[in-house]
Amino acid sequence: MNLHEYQARQLLSRNAVALPPGDVCDTPEGARTIAEELLAQGARRLAVKAQIHAGGRGKGTFRDGFQGGVKLCVAAADVYDKAKAMLGNVLVTRQTGPEGRLVRKLMVAAAPQIRKELYLAVLLDRGCSRPVIMASTQGGMDIEEVAARTPEKIVREPVDPALGFMPYQARKVAVALALKGEFIGQGAKLLMGVFKTWWECDASLLEINPLCLVDAGDGKEALMAVDTKLSLDDNALYRHPDLQAMRDLGEEAPLETEAAKHNLNYIKLDGNIACLVNGAGLAMATMDIIEHFGGRPANFLDVGGGATRDQVAAAFRIIVQDANVKGILVNIFGGIMDCNVIAAGIVAAVKETGLRLPLVVRLEGNNAHTGRQTLAASDLTLVTGTSMADAARKVVQAVGPK
Amino acid sequence: MSILVTPQTRVLVQGITGGFGARHTQLSLAYGTQIVAGVTPGKGGQLFENEVPVFDTVAQAVKETGATASAIFVPPAFAADAILEGVEAGLDLVVCITEGIPVNDMVKVKRAMEGKGTRLIGPNCPGIVTPGRGKDSHGGCRIGIAPGYIHKPGHVGVVSRSGTLTYEAVWQLTCRGVGQSTCVGIGGDPVNGTSHLDVVRMFDADPDTHGIIMIGEIGGAAEEEAAEWIGKHCRKPVAGFIAGASAPPGRRMGHAGAIVSGGKGTAAAKIQALKAAGIGVAPTPSEMAETLLKRM
Repeated sequence: MNLHEYQARQLLSRNAVALPPGDVCDTPEGARTIAEELLAQGARRLAVKAQIHAGGRGKGTFRDGFQGGVKLCVAAADVYDKAKAMLGNVLVTRQTGPEGRLVRKLMVAAAPQIRKELYLAVLLDRGCSRPVIMASTQGGMDIEEVAARTPEKIVREPVDPALGFMPYQARKVAVALALKGEFIGQGAKLLMGVFKTWWECDASLLEINPLCLVDAGDGKEALMAVDTKLSLDDNALYRHPDLQAMRDLGEEAPLETEAAKHNLNYIKLDGNIACLVNGAGLAMATMDIIEHFGGRPANFLDVGGGATRDQVAAAFRIIVQDANVKGILVNIFGGIMDCNVIAAGIVAAVKETGLRLPLVVRLEGNNAHTGRQTLAASDLTLVTGTSMADAARKVVQAVGPK
Repeated sequence: MSILVTPQTRVLVQGITGGFGARHTQLSLAYGTQIVAGVTPGKGGQLFENEVPVFDTVAQAVKETGATASAIFVPPAFAADAILEGVEAGLDLVVCITEGIPVNDMVKVKRAMEGKGTRLIGPNCPGIVTPGRGKDSHGGCRIGIAPGYIHKPGHVGVVSRSGTLTYEAVWQLTCRGVGQSTCVGIGGDPVNGTSHLDVVRMFDADPDTHGIIMIGEIGGAAEEEAAEWIGKHCRKPVAGFIAGASAPPGRRMGHAGAIVSGGKGTAAAKIQALKAAGIGVAPTPSEMAETLLKRM
């Protein structure tokens, strides 16, 4: 589950991580009020930032042509105008796909003069099964690019889960970030707060990019987390009711939310051949084999190892709601589950949804023979596949090339 | 011979009285597996299916029955605790079937297991099968949730992160009359007890395993690590398949570990690593057995 920037800021501030002052709003009037307060507190420049679960906001374009999901302003009236242009508008960035995201909330925050941009993240290092702090002096850009071009500019500090993140490690990272003098201590404190937030929230990724040395007035500088991205481990949400309450269903594909209600794992893709499969690995492999034969998968859908007739019916209802779908491939390897139950579920679902699209079914495993007989005895016009390859070839043929 | 378990391995089940655990214990008993004990706190003294004694703790079950391996079917919130109870009781092998364990729980478990003699398989895995000599491989050791009857005793080792893809590979082998030494599902989570490489090394050292099918998927670098070792050291033919070539980056494909992030863990990079190591890569998941058999 992903959180919005403003939510991540709330969690970081609990652990005393320094942030530019600001607040969230959902009306232009609200934006103006925050702006007036920040200006009264001495802010000289403000940032208006669209709150969506996708990166590349600054370079994004709104549906009506308005440019940029992050805007700098100096006057409250300007903040009002920018907020009015963004709220209720759809923002398209390189990460949203062409459909973009509706902007419902904005952050208005002080935008201090930036002296230096750094990068900081906490994530899981799968290689050593430990959390790792990743930091770089190359802030403000895509860390993947830094990793590809100048990997030596990224430092990694693994954390022993038995000890936690030690202050000496935080100081080491601060030094690696080329911080000096009082900023070693300040940086270490910020790093400890960032790690604590990651660990307490059961996060999968907490990224601060950029982490900035900013002009704090009177010739002084301060260290602040200027932009933040936070995603959480779905498996751990059960023990964080406060974080669950932060879920923004508006940011999630409605079909995926609907599927989750039936314990189905569905991810919408942009192809036209829907698939319904049991098991995550087999579901991925089914998408792959559709592509191998020249088709394009419309979704990932894992009905699970013990799928019931009702789940199969729900799965059919969900995949046919995708208007791009021109054909369906059902690929079931019933190890323990009874293939005949699945077959009966398919027959019922096709009748219920009045499906007219080409349907190819491959059933293998427990009681598969009876399952195939059930399909054959129904008056459905479906094609059976003898193997995964055979079924994939047939569905691609029925739908036509991509 | 086989790896990890033999038909004689004495197995206990943690969470034997829960719906899921009970169902699969029945199936393992029917397969002829030596299920010698169950553990459910508070239900010690009961008999499961009138034959398997239930204990309150793993330590008691080990002491009374001599079990050396465990299958864990407890809910995700209690699974890390269950694994460590098995480790503390000195089991050789703990197989955790549970899906949905918080990643940080597993981070702590792995740290706590450092230097301990117990091997963990999983979590979020289908388990292990060493097929038996009876009809439909009856009499084998089945720990977990795999369908026993699709197996056939023989000499191919199968290792995979995914359950159904393992079954697919096993079925392809069995349908061609080719049997398996042991089939191991290592699980789809980003932090797991045993890696592809660990299992491949065991297969390489097992005189009864003559060829290996290694099934991987997007995310992490475990397949690359195994491929590198295979290229340098493995004396047996290996065929592989990598799932997720068509998966969009940044999305988790069902398994918590199946995600391409920051350009890392792509199917293309894994396939390239496998090929560079001389592993036969099946062009489609329908050809996993064939790809191996061509090399044997």
